[in-house]
Amino acid sequence: MTITKSDAHSISLDAYIPLLGAPEIEELRALAAQISGRTVQMVNSTAMGGGVAEILNRLIPLMQELGLRPRWDVITGGEDFFEVTKAFHNALHGGPYQARKENFELFLATNESNRQRLQFDCEFTVIHDPQPVALVEARSRQEGHWLWRCHIDLSKPHPDVWGFLRPFVYRYDGALFSSPEFARQLPIPQYLSYPCIDPLSEKNVDLDPATVREIVERFGIDLARPIITQISRFDRLKDPIGVVRAYQIVRRYMDCQLVIAGGSASDDPEGEIVLEEVRREAKDDPDIHLLNLPPWSATEINALQRASTIIVQKSLREGFGLTVTEALWKKKPVVASAVGGIPAQVIHKHTGLLVHSVEGTAYQIRFLLSNPALAHKLGEQGHDHVRENFLITTNVKRYLTIFLHSLQRSC
Amino acid sequence: MKKPEHPFRFVTVSYLTRIGNQSATNLGELRDGLEKCSDTSIFYHTFQSLGRYHFLTEGFSNEFAQWVLAGLNSPMLAEQLAAPDIRSYLTLSDLRTDLLAITDEYCRKHPEEVGRLAFEPFYFLESIEVTIPHMWEAWTLDEFRHRLEHLSNESFHYHFLVSRLRLGLRTNDFSVWFENELGLKSLAQLTNRIDVYTNTLEGARTKLYTFIDRELAA
Repeated sequence: MTITKSDAHSISLDAYIPLLGAPEIEELRALAAQISGRTVQMVNSTAMGGGVAEILNRLIPLMQELGLRPRWDVITGGEDFFEVTKAFHNALHGGPYQARKENFELFLATNESNRQRLQFDCEFTVIHDPQPVALVEARSRQEGHWLWRCHIDLSKPHPDVWGFLRPFVYRYDGALFSSPEFARQLPIPQYLSYPCIDPLSEKNVDLDPATVREIVERFGIDLARPIITQISRFDRLKDPIGVVRAYQIVRRYMDCQLVIAGGSASDDPEGEIVLEEVRREAKDDPDIHLLNLPPWSATEINALQRASTIIVQKSLREGFGLTVTEALWKKKPVVASAVGGIPAQVIHKHTGLLVHSVEGTAYQIRFLLSNPALAHKLGEQGHDHVRENFLITTNVKRYLTIFLHSLQRSC
Repeated sequence: MKKPEHPFRFVTVSYLTRIGNQSATNLGELRDGLEKCSDTSIFYHTFQSLGRYHFLTEGFSNEFAQWVLAGLNSPMLAEQLAAPDIRSYLTLSDLRTDLLAITDEYCRKHPEEVGRLAFEPFYFLESIEVTIPHMWEAWTLDEFRHRLEHLSNESFHYHFLVSRLRLGLRTNDFSVWFENELGLKSLAQLTNRIDVYTNTLEGARTKLYTFIDRELAA
């Protein structure tokens, strides 16, 4: 499936000027002018749902506006293929895996059928994630520039799955990872490419105070008292029970409310179990609000973040942690675990506070509640950090830069 | 003000970050990394980070110092590593030598800390600089000021700070042009004294506007 411009959301680059300033946008245009008219192909495994599709939905129209000729292709495959790639995904994150020859064969056959179906004639080809990684077989000799954009944590992959995928990765000109921690030792250049948020998306766009009040009060939350919030799925790796325990320590000293708001657990049996465990830990405390929100709750999440006094992300393990990025963008003081991509966002004592335990989380929440001026400053600096490093426009700039660099290397 | 023989040519710069194969999980490994990492890695964690985190005007100097504070909880060494003013270095090799000497001295005095595991690892990253000449150039101070308003923070940082390494002089692209092409020695000196440690890049630019406006009004 090829996705055209009309399918993708179109927000003009000029709409970002009030947020970033005209010079940043002018320089994007200056960089893009060097490669105007060049063709770019993005390939991933889904047109809707998931962070990659969300980013491509924004990236493609922005690249078009900048004068490139981008194309977005989505691979197709049967349910059995996506079951295999889901198992690969878990194994690449370090989970257990039972290697089966037929799974590897199905993976190769589906990649091969997509290779025959799709056209690969662009100057820059960016393959996203492991599902379509074998499409690099379509590369004839050294034509074009092929990049593999890996959005997942490859730091501790299952050796059988990584051993199978690795030869394909080696055939690319470079690989992009979301964090240095997620990268592998590879014989090809590896670049850092942080994930990003769109400040104009429903989840991040500015909301008027009346809307925030209406939404938050609908959930029975008192805007007059401090609100501590963690936005995350009900997943043990997000440590919601640890968050409740930290809140309980804080409550010994000061009045506040806790909100844990996450995606729907209805399609995730383990999520239901974790939610129940958190309910038990909350012990009917009326100031603990456990919100099991449906997937179309972007505005509600936005409002909850904006209404919060402090945002917590007490994960035990984390990818990049875009909920932290969203909170920082909204100028919120953040207390977060030093795991995954969080330390890249939360520079301790500058853009937030890093913690390593329940007790540390409780202490830093108390500290920020007692020092609102400092909390305000952390929030302001966190916002600046996101503006400089983690927005969709930075992502566009990074792609332009890597394309320019690829051309310079090949000269 | 004399008539320039050459215009000021603005450059657009953008950086890629390359992930190297070096990391540190304790002080000893940081020390070894400082010794062996590439110059582009020293640049990334010092010169470039000062631009990347320009909005932090208190207590943040370079990423080595920040990691020693947050990852190793060693505030004394963090302060010492933060102390060198990168504006006084004309080569990355000299800066590396000083950072290494500070770390060596600390390791000698605190051997018990050398192998202590950090909260999180430090990754040595490298900068890849991509520059393209801008279509803009300035022949007068007025024109220069106007063009400066349209320059991104990254390109401002390139002309104002990174230029020291390129020029091999304790000055910057702007000051060189003011003095050599316009004969404005005083403006050149004032510009060169703007402190990027205690100003954001926007703040530094505002100061530069003030100096230029004063010169234009004179």
